[in-house]
Amino acid sequence: MTEQAKRNYDFHKEHHTELLTVNMGPSHPATHGTVKFMLALDGETIENIDVEVGYLHRGFEKECEAQMWNGVFPYTDRLDYLTSVLNNVGYAMTVEKLIGITTPERCQYIRVIMSELARIGAHYTTLAAGALELGALTAFIYFVEAREMVWDLIEATCGARLTHNYVRIGGLTGDLPDGFAGNVKSVFATCRKLWLDFDKLLTKNRIFLDRMRDVAAISAADAKAWGFTGPCLRAAGVPYDVRRAQPYLVYDRVDFEIPIGETGDNYDRFQVRMEELEQSMRIVEQCLTQIPDGPINVNNPEWRQPSKDLSSTNIEYMIHHFKTVMEGVHVPVGEVYQAVEGANGELGYYIVSNGSGHPVKMRVRPPCFPITSALPLLIKGRLIADLIPTFDMLNLIGGECDR
Amino acid sequence: MTAALVETALKIAFVFGLNLSVFAPILGWVERKQSAVMQDRIGANRADILGFTIIGLFHTMSDTIKLVFKEDFIPRGADRIMHTAAPALALIPALVAFTVIPFGGKYMLWGHQVNLVVADLDVGVLFVFAISSLAAYGVVLAGWSSNNNWSFLGGLRAAAQMFSYEVAMGLTIMGLVMYYQSLSLVTIVAKQDSLLHWGIVWHWPAFILYFTCAIAENKRTPFDAPEAESELVAGYFTEYSGMKFIMFWMAEFVEVVTIAALCVVMFFGGHHLPFITDAGLIDAFGGTGSAIANLLAMAIHIVTFILKVIVLIFFQMTIRWTLPRFRYDHVMALGWKMVLPASLIWIFIVAVALLTGAMPRL
Repeated sequence: MTEQAKRNYDFHKEHHTELLTVNMGPSHPATHGTVKFMLALDGETIENIDVEVGYLHRGFEKECEAQMWNGVFPYTDRLDYLTSVLNNVGYAMTVEKLIGITTPERCQYIRVIMSELARIGAHYTTLAAGALELGALTAFIYFVEAREMVWDLIEATCGARLTHNYVRIGGLTGDLPDGFAGNVKSVFATCRKLWLDFDKLLTKNRIFLDRMRDVAAISAADAKAWGFTGPCLRAAGVPYDVRRAQPYLVYDRVDFEIPIGETGDNYDRFQVRMEELEQSMRIVEQCLTQIPDGPINVNNPEWRQPSKDLSSTNIEYMIHHFKTVMEGVHVPVGEVYQAVEGANGELGYYIVSNGSGHPVKMRVRPPCFPITSALPLLIKGRLIADLIPTFDMLNLIGGECDR
Repeated sequence: MTAALVETALKIAFVFGLNLSVFAPILGWVERKQSAVMQDRIGANRADILGFTIIGLFHTMSDTIKLVFKEDFIPRGADRIMHTAAPALALIPALVAFTVIPFGGKYMLWGHQVNLVVADLDVGVLFVFAISSLAAYGVVLAGWSSNNNWSFLGGLRAAAQMFSYEVAMGLTIMGLVMYYQSLSLVTIVAKQDSLLHWGIVWHWPAFILYFTCAIAENKRTPFDAPEAESELVAGYFTEYSGMKFIMFWMAEFVEVVTIAALCVVMFFGGHHLPFITDAGLIDAFGGTGSAIANLLAMAIHIVTFILKVIVLIFFQMTIRWTLPRFRYDHVMALGWKMVLPASLIWIFIVAVALLTGAMPRL
């Protein structure tokens, strides 16, 4: 064969091979959260991929317009269903920003504690699921055990494990239970032991390293351009964290580090999440030492429903109770954006109010939508087996992405 | 003649009975319970008969009943004949390989010599490899005949993986064959009458290599790329249900037992107790002439063999629940770039050691 012919040699053409098109999902073991990939495979190599989201679209934003301001909370629970209370906090803070009220200190501390517990639970789930899909079933169970204990703490506080519905505009539905600090201490001790077990099983395991390292790496510039936030952006080496960049609640009073990666590959995304578990535990522990006594709700019946005692004995409180139940709180006219650091990145709420008891427009910035949109960039030309850890580490949560 | 026939029939019944009705179903239970222990869980414990659960053992029965009564599903567009034949093609070789594995020694019973192996072939080792490579056909056909892209990919992966490791597996134990100067498994076992003569003493690198290849050949985690439930749904048996599905499952478990038994025979002295020869044990019970002594020795030997097999089965299960899955190209790289050269180097080392006398000849 001449040099010219060698250069022009097209394997696919000469051998009459063609690409194999397969549907991965929506019901496929790896496409949890419900998503569909259309793959064009050349052998095991992914030549082209089409990501189709939207299977869990419920019309969240439209539904919210039909609800009173406080009625939106159960809907936010179902965004990132692993961090319900974090979504609650984000929404409550957005509305409070529009009204212009500040919640009492104790409330702010409790919100931080619950947010971080939710983040810990979500990271446990993400990491465990990632391990499970790589065949490490034992590591999966270890972290699910840890997650269940963290969720026990949340359950003791608000009565629910998954859809917490714990926060209200201007306050919370209830205070921390008795003995909470002690329970946290013992749970975290066990969690740290399980963390070590998980770490021993996977972090330095050669098989695991081979599957995660240098797979689906993304540069810091690309990550920013695609709108990455959260652990995926930090894995690429950008130390952006809403908790540090635009401190909210009491995050400026606690000491925590922002772990960052170097290459932005799956292994860095894994490691960043592993380290964030420890940092979140540190935040919770510091909050529990700093937390003051006091009320958990703003003392203003116009925004936060008064207690039963007050509303059934005092006419003024009763009127407010009636008004907030029948018409909803009257949030002033305006529009507002507020973001919190969700488990997957910047979770933002953009709300428009016309002064009535309902939001007029509502828009959520889901962190995993832009991240998922970069999946073709990350996975084209790689093996089909690489799609699994990449998808797990990007961590699409259907409820949040599709809304 | 009649005695020989009866003896063979009994041995076949024992081997197949042990594999199909004891090991295969029990292993399903063991795998559940052992993983539960490793993972801090309780494991299957609900199936009961009249309130008795016997630590979850009834799950084996309920599983079987359920699978027997499941719909036997053949997808549209599948090759019906191949689709039906494939599970059998996968299961039979796993069972047949067991026929040349000696599970005891030679005993004199009422003037009749009993050799505890179904078929004492001079080429026992080669027979095992020849037969187990046939299992690849079942798997590849299952993947191809199902008319499903996932099955197809799984079948292709299985074909590449099984044939690659076949090559390496044959070479891993050539050093052992040179050491014992025989391809007959019966001779190899007979020569391991002392702990110092067990294969593992000199040939532990070969054991590690062989064990790796054997697990890869059996397609269990960490080498379950052909099945890879998170990537290929269930790989080559995606389109199987009911009894056909469980035949793949049983093939896997029988293969686990076969691997363990082969390792015991080649590396861990077979039925031998450490430092006690067959003759020594029979003499201790009253001499070669006594049928009772022979029977007692036989019983002890079979129990020893089975216990060793169980230890190695546990070892395989522990590996399965500890390691994550290899990526398909890493499996191939490991086979061709690590295990194959390593086994060639080991053959060379053994050959030099035997020629120079550094390793004693047996």
